[in-house]
Amino acid sequence: MINKVSKHIVQNEPLIFERTSPGKRGYQLPELDVPPVDPVQALGAKNVRSEIEDFPEVSEFEVLRHFSRLSTWNYAIDLGLYPLGSCTMKYNPRVNEVVARTEGLAWAHPYQPEHLSQGAMQVIAALEHALGEITGMDAVTLQPAAGAHGEFTGILMIRALLESRGGARSKILVPDSAHGTNPATAMMVGYSVENIKSNDRGVVDLEVLARAVTDDVAALMITNPNTVGVFEENIRKICGILHDKGALVYMDGANMNALVGVARPGDFGVDVMHLNLHKTFSTPHGGGGPGAGAVAVAQVLTPFLPGPRLRRAANGWTWNYDCPQSIGRVRAFYGNFGVLIRALAYILAHGGNGLRQATLDALLNANYLRTLLEPHYQIAYEAPSMHECVFSDDRQAKKGVRTGDIAKRLIDYGFHPYTVSFPLIVRGALMIEPTETESKLELDQFAGAMISIAKEVEDNPELVLKAPHSTRTPRVDEVTAARKPVVRWRPAAAASQAAD
Amino acid sequence: MSYPETYRYTKEHEWVHLDGNHATVGITEHAQHELGDIVFVDLPQPGTQVTKGHTFGSVESVKAVSDIYAPVSGQVLESNELLSKSPEKLNEDPHGDAWLIKISIASDPAEINALMSAGDYQKYVGAE
Amino acid sequence: MLDVIGLRSQEDLVSYLPSEVRFNGRLRLENGKSEYEIIDYFKHLADENANGYATFLGAGVYNHYRPVLVDTVVSRGEFLTSYTPYPAEISQGTLTSIFEFQTMVCQLTGMEVANASMYDGSSAVPEAAMMAVRITRRDKILIARSVHPEYGQVLRTYTQHQGIPVEEIKYSKNGRVDLDDLKSKLSEGVAAIIVQTPNFFGILEQLDEISSLAKSKGALLIVVFTEAVALGLIEPPRQADIVAGELQSFAISPSYGGPYAGIIATHEKYMRQLPGRLVGETTDAHGGRAFCLTLATREQHIRREKATSNICTNQALLALMATVFMTIYGKQGLRELAEQNLSKAHYLAAKLPLRFDAPFFNEFVARTNGRSPEQINAALLEHKIIGGLPLGRFYPELDGCMLLCATEMSRRETMDTVAQAFKGGRA
Repeated sequence: MINKVSKHIVQNEPLIFERTSPGKRGYQLPELDVPPVDPVQALGAKNVRSEIEDFPEVSEFEVLRHFSRLSTWNYAIDLGLYPLGSCTMKYNPRVNEVVARTEGLAWAHPYQPEHLSQGAMQVIAALEHALGEITGMDAVTLQPAAGAHGEFTGILMIRALLESRGGARSKILVPDSAHGTNPATAMMVGYSVENIKSNDRGVVDLEVLARAVTDDVAALMITNPNTVGVFEENIRKICGILHDKGALVYMDGANMNALVGVARPGDFGVDVMHLNLHKTFSTPHGGGGPGAGAVAVAQVLTPFLPGPRLRRAANGWTWNYDCPQSIGRVRAFYGNFGVLIRALAYILAHGGNGLRQATLDALLNANYLRTLLEPHYQIAYEAPSMHECVFSDDRQAKKGVRTGDIAKRLIDYGFHPYTVSFPLIVRGALMIEPTETESKLELDQFAGAMISIAKEVEDNPELVLKAPHSTRTPRVDEVTAARKPVVRWRPAAAASQAAD
Repeated sequence: MSYPETYRYTKEHEWVHLDGNHATVGITEHAQHELGDIVFVDLPQPGTQVTKGHTFGSVESVKAVSDIYAPVSGQVLESNELLSKSPEKLNEDPHGDAWLIKISIASDPAEINALMSAGDYQKYVGAE
Repeated sequence: MLDVIGLRSQEDLVSYLPSEVRFNGRLRLENGKSEYEIIDYFKHLADENANGYATFLGAGVYNHYRPVLVDTVVSRGEFLTSYTPYPAEISQGTLTSIFEFQTMVCQLTGMEVANASMYDGSSAVPEAAMMAVRITRRDKILIARSVHPEYGQVLRTYTQHQGIPVEEIKYSKNGRVDLDDLKSKLSEGVAAIIVQTPNFFGILEQLDEISSLAKSKGALLIVVFTEAVALGLIEPPRQADIVAGELQSFAISPSYGGPYAGIIATHEKYMRQLPGRLVGETTDAHGGRAFCLTLATREQHIRREKATSNICTNQALLALMATVFMTIYGKQGLRELAEQNLSKAHYLAAKLPLRFDAPFFNEFVARTNGRSPEQINAALLEHKIIGGLPLGRFYPELDGCMLLCATEMSRRETMDTVAQAFKGGRA
C-alpha cells in the first residue's frame, strides 16, 4: 500500500525549439533614446552575424508555460524527503531567497568603489567569522565556488606551505572510502595518490596509515565523519601521525553537518578543510549548483590563502591585494556571494545553540531510520551512525535485487532514491541521510516504504526489478545515450543528416 | 564460453594471437561479460609504442572504466576502427571482429607462448 | 524517537565521541533571529552599499535588465530545491532544460557541443586550457594580455603545478592581439592560444588571422567571451577549437561577483575531453524521448584521479536563468538587445577621447586627459553615477585610462553627464 502518493495528470511539452514560430516574441525593449548605430558600419560586415540559427521564438506566456511544465517532471526537497547520503538535502528557508535578492546586494558590481561596497564586505566578514568559530580554525576564505574547488584551494595551500619549508613532497594519501573529488583534486595539484584501505570497522586503520606516512607524503585527505557516516574516533592520533612526519591533514567537510556545535576540526588537529555551504548551511542545490566551498585553515596556512583578502582598515573594510605568498586566485572576484548571503542568513536564524540543536536533530533522524531499517537491511558497519547510515544490499542480492533496483522502486513510493553504490568500500551500498528538517511522519513513511520494498523483494522481486512503474518517464536507455551521444537538439532535416 | 585454442591469454583478460612478427590483441569473452554494455573504446594511434604490462587504452561501460594492458611490447600498426563507431561489437564478438589493436612485436615470441593457453585461462576464470 | 533507538536523551547521540574531540564550549555566535530581523539585517547592509546608482562598470560583469519571468521560473521549488539530476525518471525537468541550454549555447557560439555549465567564465578558461593540453599532448599555453586579467590570474593558479607554462601575448597599439608578438612566441610546443572577443577593452579580435597562425603550428584556439550579449550581433567564433565564456549577462544579477555560469563549447571530436556534466538524449522504456546525464566516465566519481577535472557540479540554476533569458529574447530579441547596447556605447564613446582605434561592442577605453580616473569618478558619484573602471590597477601602462560600458540600461542624460565630467566642467 503506497499512501504517500497518488497519480495525477502531468502535461506533456515539446522542446522549446519545437514550439517556435517565426516572428513570435516574448520581450519588449525600451525605445532607443540615442541614434541607432549600423552594426556593419561600426563592426565591419564580416564581424556581424546574419542570425542565430534555430534560436527560439515564442511568446512570454509560452515561456512561462514551457518551464512550468518542465518543472513538474522533477522531484524536489519541497515535495518530500530526499535521502541522498552525503548530499545533505534539507529544507531551504525562503527568507534566504528574499535577502539574497535585496537590491543593494544583488546588484552590487564587484568593481564598484569599496566605500560603496561596505555592506557586501560585511556579509563576507561576518560569514568568515562565523565559519571560523564553527570549525575552530583560524582563518576562512570564501572564494572557492564549490566543494571540489575548495579542495583544490586547500591542497594548493598545503603545497605552497611545504614548498616554503623546502619541498612540496610527492604524495597525497586518500582513504578508499573517500569522494572521487579527493584523488582528482590531488592530481590537479601535481600529487600522486595513494589509497589507504579502511579496516573492517569502516575507519582508517592506524597501523596501515602509520606505514603509509613516509617522508614524501604531503597530506592525508580525510572525511570526518567518513562516508559510511562513522566518526573517525582516532582522528587526534591520525593527525599526530601526519604531523610527526611533517605532513598535513586536509579534512573534506562534506559531512560537517554532523559536527556543528558538537566537535570542531580546528580543535582536533585538522590543518585545512572545506565546507559545502550548499549542504551544511542549507543553500539550495538548484538542480546541481550553485554551491560554495568555503575553506578554513590553521594559522600556519594563512599566508597562502587566495587573494585578495578582506582587511579591516581605519575607515572600513578594504580588499588587500598584497598577498605575496598567496597561491593566487582560484576564480575571478570574491566568491559566490549570492550563496554566501544565504548561508549567513541560515546561521543568523539558528544562532549558536540552534546550530548545535540542528546537528543533534540530524543525528536523531539518521539513527531513528537506522533502527527502523536494521531488521530488514544489512547495516554495513556496526559502529554508531552519525548523520547518515549505510546499508548493503547483501540480503536482497540473494534474490537478484540490487541497491539500484531498490532505489528505483522507492520512486514509486513517492521518495527520491538514497545514494546508490557509494561509498565503494561497501558492496551494493544504500547510503541514507534524512537531515534534521524531516518530521517523524515523513521518516515513518520512508521507513514504511523501505520495509515494504524489502518484503516485495522476498515475494515478488520482478516488481522491484522493473521499477519505477508510476513515473511519467520509465527507466531510460543510458547505454544508447553513451554509445551514440546526442547532446544538442537539431532541426529534423539536419538531425537526419548528422545521423548518416 | 569457448576460447580459441590458437590464442594466448593474460590474467588481465586480454587475448593475443601471434602471426609471425605481428600480434593481434583483444579482450576476452569473460571480460566483456563482466564489463556489461560497452559504450566506448579508447585505443592508441598507429605508431604508438606499447609496453608489456602497461596500459594502452581503456574500455568504458556506462558507469565504469577499465584499463587494458598490453600483453606484449611493440609498436601499434592498426587500431580497430569498427569500435569507434560501434563499441557494442565488443560485446558481440570479442574474439573475432572486435579485436582491439595489431602490434608489430618487440617481445620475444617465447614470452608470448608462456602466457596462458585457452585451457589454462578457462580454469583461471573458473577459479576467479 | 529516542525510545525507539533506545537512548535517554539526544546528548547520548554524541556522548560516545572521545572526550578529547568533543566541543564542550558554546559557539560564540548571537542568538537565533526571527525572519523579520534577518530581512532587516540585510536591508541595513544593503544601505551601506551603492543603492540606486547608475553604473558604467563592465569588465566582465554587466548591468543588463533581468526579465521578471526569470525569477518566476527559478523560484519554483521543483527547480530550486532539487539535486543534480541523477535519477532520470524524476529529473526530466532539469535534464530537459539543460539539454535546451546546451543547444542554445551551441547556436550562440557556433560550436557543436557544449557542457551543462561551469562555475564561471574565469574557471572555464583553465579547464579549456587543460582540455587543449590533453588533446594536443603539448603543454604550453599562450594567453593574450587583452583577456580579462583576473581570468589570466586564475589560469596561472590552476596550471602552476601541472607542468603547463603560461606565456602572455602583448596587445598592439589598437588594443588587439599583437600578431607579430604572437608569431614570435608560437612554437610547436604550444597547446593553445587563448584570446577573448570582445576583449577586455571591448574590442573585437581578428580571429581569422589568429586562427591561421594557430593552425600553422598545430595549436588549438580557445576563444573566451565575458559579454554574452555581443553574440546576439557579432559573428560567432567558429574559428575556435574551444569556446570558454561567461553567461552572467543573461539574467544573472551581478551579486558582487557570483554565482555566475561559465560555459565550455567545442567540436564533436573533442566531446570526450570536455570537463563537467553533459546531458544526452535517449529513449525511455516506452520508446519516448527522454534525457539523462551521459558520458559520466569522464568524471571524478568514476575515474577518480584520472578524471578530466575534479569538478562535480555545474551551475544548473544559473544556467536555467540564462536559458529562460535566451528564450524570452529569442532570435529577434537578442539581436535587438545587442544593437541597443552597440548604439548606446557608441553614443557615449563619440563624446570621449578613446585610447584605442578598433571596432568595439559595448565597452571601450577612454583617456582621462589631465584628470585622474578617480577624480572623474568622484565627480560622478555626486550624481549617483558609478563611472568606469580605472585601468592602472590591472595595466600600469594604461594608468590614466578607464574602461566604460554602456548597456540598454544606460540613459542618454546619464551618458551626457559622464561626458561633461570628462570635460572637467560641472557635470
